[in-house]
Amino acid sequence: MTILQAKKLCLRYGHHYAFKDLSFKLMDKDFLCIVGPNGSGKTTLLKCILGRIKPTSGTIILNNELKKHQIGYLPQNPIFKPAFPASVYEVVSMGVLNQTRLLSRYPKTKIESALKTLHVENLSHLQFSTLSGGQRQRVLLARALAASTNLLILDEPSNNLDYSSKQDFYNTLTELNDSMTIIMVTHDLDHHNLIGNKILSLNPKLPFFGSTNDYVRRIHD
Amino acid sequence: MINIFIEMIKYAFISRAFFAGLIISFCSALIGSSLVLRKQSMIGDGLSHVAFGAASIATMLGFAPIEFSIPIVIIAAILILQLNQNTKINGDAAIAVLSASALALGTLFISINQGTNVDLNSYLFGSILAITSHDLNICIILGIIIISTFILLRRQIFAITFDAEFASAIGIKVNTYNIISAIICSLIIVVGMRMLGALLISSLIIFPCLSALQLSKTFLQNTIISAILSVTCFIIGFITSYALNTPTGATIVLVNLFTLIVCWVYNKLR
Repeated sequence: MTILQAKKLCLRYGHHYAFKDLSFKLMDKDFLCIVGPNGSGKTTLLKCILGRIKPTSGTIILNNELKKHQIGYLPQNPIFKPAFPASVYEVVSMGVLNQTRLLSRYPKTKIESALKTLHVENLSHLQFSTLSGGQRQRVLLARALAASTNLLILDEPSNNLDYSSKQDFYNTLTELNDSMTIIMVTHDLDHHNLIGNKILSLNPKLPFFGSTNDYVRRIHD
Repeated sequence: MINIFIEMIKYAFISRAFFAGLIISFCSALIGSSLVLRKQSMIGDGLSHVAFGAASIATMLGFAPIEFSIPIVIIAAILILQLNQNTKINGDAAIAVLSASALALGTLFISINQGTNVDLNSYLFGSILAITSHDLNICIILGIIIISTFILLRRQIFAITFDAEFASAIGIKVNTYNIISAIICSLIIVVGMRMLGALLISSLIIFPCLSALQLSKTFLQNTIISAILSVTCFIIGFITSYALNTPTGATIVLVNLFTLIVCWVYNKLR
């Protein structure tokens, strides 16, 4: 089943192209890593997929069953006020806002299930700002999971994580990939060879879309 | 203290001011958490100066100050938000430009319109004598609108306050909610200015939230504690000002300041 298809996507700012003639297709349970140097349009592409930026030309077609705003999203380097009074439960609850009407109650089972899947249910009563970097990323991933169990979009989620937290985080992503499609922007070249089955390179010197194995082979050639 | 309170309430103008103050202090605490946590505390200060300018123009032209000021302050609030997003003028600079200009306009109009010096003081520093039955009715209506809007949109307000980027990604219309917050803030400022004055009304939005931040771990807790502290400080300040014959607005603000210091010390010591 096709989850997402991009056809001849172009995004231009004045005379500068963020990306040009970009086409790729993702099937159910694909794990796509988007790589490329700074300023190559990785985050901009994610914003196009999320519907927050309109491409200059080309189209992005989402699977009919996937509503535009029911995509789990983990933003790049979210900045939070150090003493922000928000519990882990409140943070994860944000994820189900896209499925909750104004006067109805939160779907508790979805929140609890997301907390459980990410093994953070024992932290739910704690203040988010008191957690470690690794714990925070897991909570934010739980929030993304509460928003969607079909497609996750992660923008450099391993930033600011130490080696062991990173490994732990990637293992979790691999487990989640058994049941859902994941798109992840990464700078982490040591890891992107080890995670995911597809790679989209926005590097102008090495444009590529295909399997991770083919990409590795191409780099070594 | 209860005896003093019973004695106070016998006067119709004081009971009007008391009920109006309860509504204003409760409503301002609701919106305060979101504004303070998003580093938009000064928007209240800027808007209060705009409200002062608008009220002075209304007085000169013979219009009802509250009704005349509400749309002007709402437009100013939206303008501040737009300036903040779309131009090279920073949020705080936009607030400073609007607030100084409105204050200057207000002072100018009052000086042109001789014989309204009493109003100048009451708008700047507030006066419980200024609260009429009509003002109280407006206060009740606006209070109902503000409280129900907050209850209805509290989850969206939290989401935008905590992480606007994620909120936007899951389909929450961040700009629309920003405008709703700005409108609520404008309404509070306009009705509150009559009692606390343009120079002090923004403190009702900022102080209770800062005090609550010292004690709370969740957004819900912060909002509830903030509302309780705001109403409590108002009642203590209101009665104290009557007992000591001090200006009401200033006394309420100083009670809020004292509460903030106590909460801060408690937070440091625990």
